Amino acid sequence: MSLALAVGLQALTGVAMLLIISLGLAVIFGMMRVINLAHGEFLMLGGYSAILAVRHGVNIWVAMLVVAPLIVGLLGALVERLVIRRLYGRMVDTMLATWGLSLALIGVVSMIFGNTVGGFSAPLGSVDVGGFYTSAYSLFLVPAASVMVGAVWLVLRRTKFGLLARGTMQNPEMASALGVATERVYAVTFAAGAALSGLAGGLIAPLSGVVPTMGTAYIAKAFITVITGGAAMLAGTLSASVLLGAVGVLATFLTTPVLGEVVLLAVAIILVRLLPHGITGRFFRRAL
Amino acid sequence: MSALLEARDVVMRFGGVAAVDGVRIAVEQGELRGLIGPNGAGKSTLFKCLTGQLRPTAGRILLRGKDITGLPSFAVARLGVGIKTQVPSLFDGLSVQEGLMIALRRQHGERAARGLAGAALERLGIADLADRTVGLLAHGQRQLVELAMVVAPEPDLILLDEPTAGMSLEETRRAAEVIRDLNRRHTIVVVEHDMQFIRSIARTVTVLHQGRVLVEDEVSRVLSDPRVRDVYLGRQVAA
Amino acid sequence: MSRRNAIEIVTAALLAAVVALVLPRVAELFVLINATVFVSMAILALSLALIWGFGGILCFGQTAFFGLGGYAYAVTALNLGESTYAVPIALAVPALAALALGYFMFYGRISDVYIGAITLTVSLILFNFANSTAGDQWHIGEAPLGGFNGIPSTPQLNIPGDPDATLSPQAIFVVAVICLASCYILSKLVLASRFGRIVVAIRENEARAELLGYDARRYKLGIFTVGGLIGGLAGILFANCVFVSPTMFSLFYSGQVIIWVMVGGVGTLFGPIVGAMLLQGLTTWAGTLPGINPNAILGVILMLAVLLMPTGLLPGATAVLGRLRRGIAP
Repeated sequence: MSLALAVGLQALTGVAMLLIISLGLAVIFGMMRVINLAHGEFLMLGGYSAILAVRHGVNIWVAMLVVAPLIVGLLGALVERLVIRRLYGRMVDTMLATWGLSLALIGVVSMIFGNTVGGFSAPLGSVDVGGFYTSAYSLFLVPAASVMVGAVWLVLRRTKFGLLARGTMQNPEMASALGVATERVYAVTFAAGAALSGLAGGLIAPLSGVVPTMGTAYIAKAFITVITGGAAMLAGTLSASVLLGAVGVLATFLTTPVLGEVVLLAVAIILVRLLPHGITGRFFRRAL
Repeated sequence: MSALLEARDVVMRFGGVAAVDGVRIAVEQGELRGLIGPNGAGKSTLFKCLTGQLRPTAGRILLRGKDITGLPSFAVARLGVGIKTQVPSLFDGLSVQEGLMIALRRQHGERAARGLAGAALERLGIADLADRTVGLLAHGQRQLVELAMVVAPEPDLILLDEPTAGMSLEETRRAAEVIRDLNRRHTIVVVEHDMQFIRSIARTVTVLHQGRVLVEDEVSRVLSDPRVRDVYLGRQVAA
Repeated sequence: MSRRNAIEIVTAALLAAVVALVLPRVAELFVLINATVFVSMAILALSLALIWGFGGILCFGQTAFFGLGGYAYAVTALNLGESTYAVPIALAVPALAALALGYFMFYGRISDVYIGAITLTVSLILFNFANSTAGDQWHIGEAPLGGFNGIPSTPQLNIPGDPDATLSPQAIFVVAVICLASCYILSKLVLASRFGRIVVAIRENEARAELLGYDARRYKLGIFTVGGLIGGLAGILFANCVFVSPTMFSLFYSGQVIIWVMVGGVGTLFGPIVGAMLLQGLTTWAGTLPGINPNAILGVILMLAVLLMPTGLLPGATAVLGRLRRGIAP
């Protein structure tokens, strides 16, 4: 019974983790049809921002939850201005350019910080779950992920910006004809997506440690999760994370962490094959 | 003797809406059939069902009595059907001649294909465009190039979706001539919303309205039919 | 076969012959081994040039075939004690993998970004899997898979049928150059054939090709499999001058191949070969500079290539040359 509870909690944190690392990519893809292949490096920079802030005496929560998204969000605004904006509507070119950005960021960060693992220890200590000790911080990821998804939903549903952004997503020409400054909508959306990636980087830093190449471990996973989810970005990413996260944790429990990841990815590929328009192409079609 | 092309009670639903709602038509060998109707009548959806681009929700499609429902479009094409889509669909990066060769090389050797390509360009009066890059041609020329690719392999049946869309008056007149000429050797089904154009080429016309067949008759009788007039003017008609 | 094609093929063969005859006599061993790596990279670039540039298939995981070729070669050669049958097997494995993956994707009507996601994920799966094979329980026959460390004892090629006649690094270089020239010529011939023309037509407009009666899935599968085979050959050669390890599957190599093809010119064969050589040279050189990380340079080059020169180096340069020759200011 307590084993089941422990595995259940593991699954929950696994799902939360997948959701956290995919959300920034999902928002940018869902709203702008842009695949940001530098997403992994945005996570990495979020991690570094948090570490540096902690080292300079900033409170650990502020570092993770405020500094990391702020810095990466600003970087996102810059990247949008310099790179993404020139390539709107050219999906493949955007992917290639952001892949270039990804390599460049890895290179530059390696030159500045070296290839050593940095990190800070997770706050909150550990808790006893029915005889199994587990990090309380990893449980914290569950409410964190829920708040992130909830916040995106609220912004899109309940704010004027969300309304304009959804209109732009549906039909940019029409939105523009109605006087929406679509360029600004895109810029803000990309920066917001980047900030979500930065926040994700801050959140995972205490668990994964931070190295310049850490993004490569996450990008493919986030990419395939978002694709598996399909067009409705929130419902899609949420359902894909739940499904794949649970499968991954279960497989990890039965084999090893690396093979668990292999199973997760393999299941994702099969899902994309069976549902070429993603989970939300078939189910929850009217969701956001 | 069964019809060359037959749709039996074809239904195509998108979500809750039936764009095609039980259409039954039969086209005989040698016919030049017009398929008309106002916007939203279900013409293009029916066309896509006939060409394998869409799989109908219900009903059967038969070619020479053989069931082809749900076959992918390449398989339909292989049965001797030439298909021209509404928006010209071309190999923009290749030359006109290369495009024709692609159309012909499936069934013919290099030399035979070259001959047939030349003949097709000649028939449509665009032999001078042979070495031009398709992507750089004007819209009307693109329509003719696509038509050349469709007719070059001498298909038994040619399906045309709004062949005159975006053409000038002069080009439309030319296209009408071409289609009448093609009809000497091929059975043709033309989807159009331009009634003038249909009058100038077709003998039998099927009028679609709200996904159903409203009238099917000889062209002049159809055009004087008050129900057809009402449909085109937007009045409700009980089919 | 056009006259221009014939000229290009003869030129390529002559160029390869000169390089294969001259370089082993003048270059030091270290340089020669490095040159063999470059040649294997050029073959890898060629494989993606076919798939992406001509097939229009955006494969983000070309390293899957590269790594599979390398691993299949190392494992078979270790088990058999020589390379005679290891080479055909190591070509068959990536080709069959491409066939299976291609069938899975194209017959599922998967395209565009979804192909990118799947191929990237497949190479990551292989990377993860290869990394997890540390320890004695992971072996195929006599060959330990070695996890993160790979298979350092990857055997060298020998003359087919004669296990004792192991090829020298000089001979392996010559073999690599012959492979590159053959792959280039083979690709030219494939593209000039009816099959190749239809592959290009499908890249231009898949729907139209289908309406003309071509089953696009079959042609895409065909070019994808040929690309997988050539990618595998690159892996075999790479294994012969370095050794096989999980990094062959890594995202870094996947990214590099894409940069080579992009910079060299998508839609050309020769451009990506040149791109691979030049950029590989650049990264090797940059790696020797203190404080410089080659990834930074590569990444910036890729971004600039996409932003400023979307047609790539070779077509870009050809256009400029053409303008100069005609005496027209750009």
